[in-house]
Amino acid sequence: MNSSTLIGGHKAGLNTTMRTDKWWIGPLLSLSILTGFLIYATWALIQGDHYWVADTGQGFGGYLSPFFSPVLLVDPSVPGAVPESHAWFGTFPSWWPSFIPASPAVLILMFPAMFRFTCYYYRKTYYRAFTGTPPGCSVGALPQKNYRGETRFLLVQNLHRYALYFAIIFVVILSYDAVQAFFRDGKFGVGVGSIILTLNAIFLACYTFGCHSFRHLIGGSTNKFSCSAARYTAWKGCTKLNEKHMNWAWTSLFWVAGSDVYVRLVSSGVITDYNTWG
Amino acid sequence: MSKRTFRIWRGNAEGGDFQTYEQESSEGMVVLDVIHGIQAEQANDMAVRWNCKAGKCGSCSVEINGKPKLACMTRMNMYAEDEVITVQPMKAFPVIKDLVTDVSWNYEQNKRIKPLQPGKPEADGDYRMAQEDIDRNQEFRKCIECYLCQDVCHILRDHGKTDVFVGPRFMHRLADLAMHPLDTRDRVPEIVEEFGSGYCNITRCCTDVCPEHINITDNAIIPLKERVVDRYYDPIAMLGRKLFGGGKSSENTD
Repeated sequence: MNSSTLIGGHKAGLNTTMRTDKWWIGPLLSLSILTGFLIYATWALIQGDHYWVADTGQGFGGYLSPFFSPVLLVDPSVPGAVPESHAWFGTFPSWWPSFIPASPAVLILMFPAMFRFTCYYYRKTYYRAFTGTPPGCSVGALPQKNYRGETRFLLVQNLHRYALYFAIIFVVILSYDAVQAFFRDGKFGVGVGSIILTLNAIFLACYTFGCHSFRHLIGGSTNKFSCSAARYTAWKGCTKLNEKHMNWAWTSLFWVAGSDVYVRLVSSGVITDYNTWG
Repeated sequence: MSKRTFRIWRGNAEGGDFQTYEQESSEGMVVLDVIHGIQAEQANDMAVRWNCKAGKCGSCSVEINGKPKLACMTRMNMYAEDEVITVQPMKAFPVIKDLVTDVSWNYEQNKRIKPLQPGKPEADGDYRMAQEDIDRNQEFRKCIECYLCQDVCHILRDHGKTDVFVGPRFMHRLADLAMHPLDTRDRVPEIVEEFGSGYCNITRCCTDVCPEHINITDNAIIPLKERVVDRYYDPIAMLGRKLFGGGKSSENTD
């Protein structure tokens, strides 16, 4: 750590500050949680198994882990996989590269990952926790010869708009999955997993529809709300969600990981899903 | 009444150091009260800028225990009885003397921003705006120009990018104008090229320190960045403008 004293008694250098509070707890927690999530999600992706629960293995209904939904391609031979008939495009092709896991999550996780990576809230979080730009307010930032912000390489953050378009599609798909979780072979019922997957879709919807880009598109881009009452109402609703964007970001992150853990444990027989199907 | 220990930076642009003072503090006092006590009883030559003592003039911006704050709005009971309170001038601006900094750079930035340019008035010669069209702008008008947001912004504070980034205070002034229902200027190109919106990496410290609780990040900077995306990075929005028209100028002159 390079530290020197400046005029005004200020310090220069990474993590230097005159703050006396425990400012480092927030970035440390963020770093730990995001790293833990990345490790778990990568592990689950590579495993590529135990992501579906249904009594008979066929028919309408069951629990599908949100990490793997929608199932575009499937390897039905792995335990806890959906049947081939449930995959949108059948089985993984023979030419599938051996160095890429034949896991349905490979084709899915990049989209929510892009949405969260470019999210305006998460940007603050990982700029503070991972890159030290800055680690905290009035805490010395990582010294850089020529700070560029989001003007060069990080222009990639402008992909958030596109990531949002995909995220909305995923909210629709996961909502459909949540409805399916109340059915087993066409028979209605309720299980712990049904509730978990429903809450997952709700939390992800609150996170997605409180997104700053969505808030802009739905109404924020206009200067004359008075010309469209519908846009103004939608913008105000979105603003209510946006004010709690941080809460929705973390809640949905924990819940989506928890949903995968739950489906995995039930699918692999480690725990029992309490439900009305018997 | 109780004795409180203050460490106050004393010096000028050439150099200086912290001086320690013991000063009486009573219930209800704010940090500025204690500094005034020190000034009156122990250090008559200590420079501190202040005016209203009510959090409305934005003059007494300093850093207290490392946090940019208004000295007149920082209550003494926020700190433990035995806690040493360190007071420094703002880091982002040149020190004139002791706790007083030269914030004139900010006034120069303000001059660079083109003023509101309304279109044609209505038939009776008046301009009219609906309240819902101006609600957003009124939040920005709460600004007291204390420049704490400028001070805490790491782009100015740590990286010294005063030549390319105008700072959060003026990003929300630009947002005020860009969102104004009567303004006809197309401000997006200069927001990117002259005022450096891309340098902001959304770390929200400006919002955290604002004594007027203006949500600078969510309500000003991010909406500006989204307008930049509309213009330069979203082909769907670009196609929409080509097909159906739109954009600031046409929207406000219709």
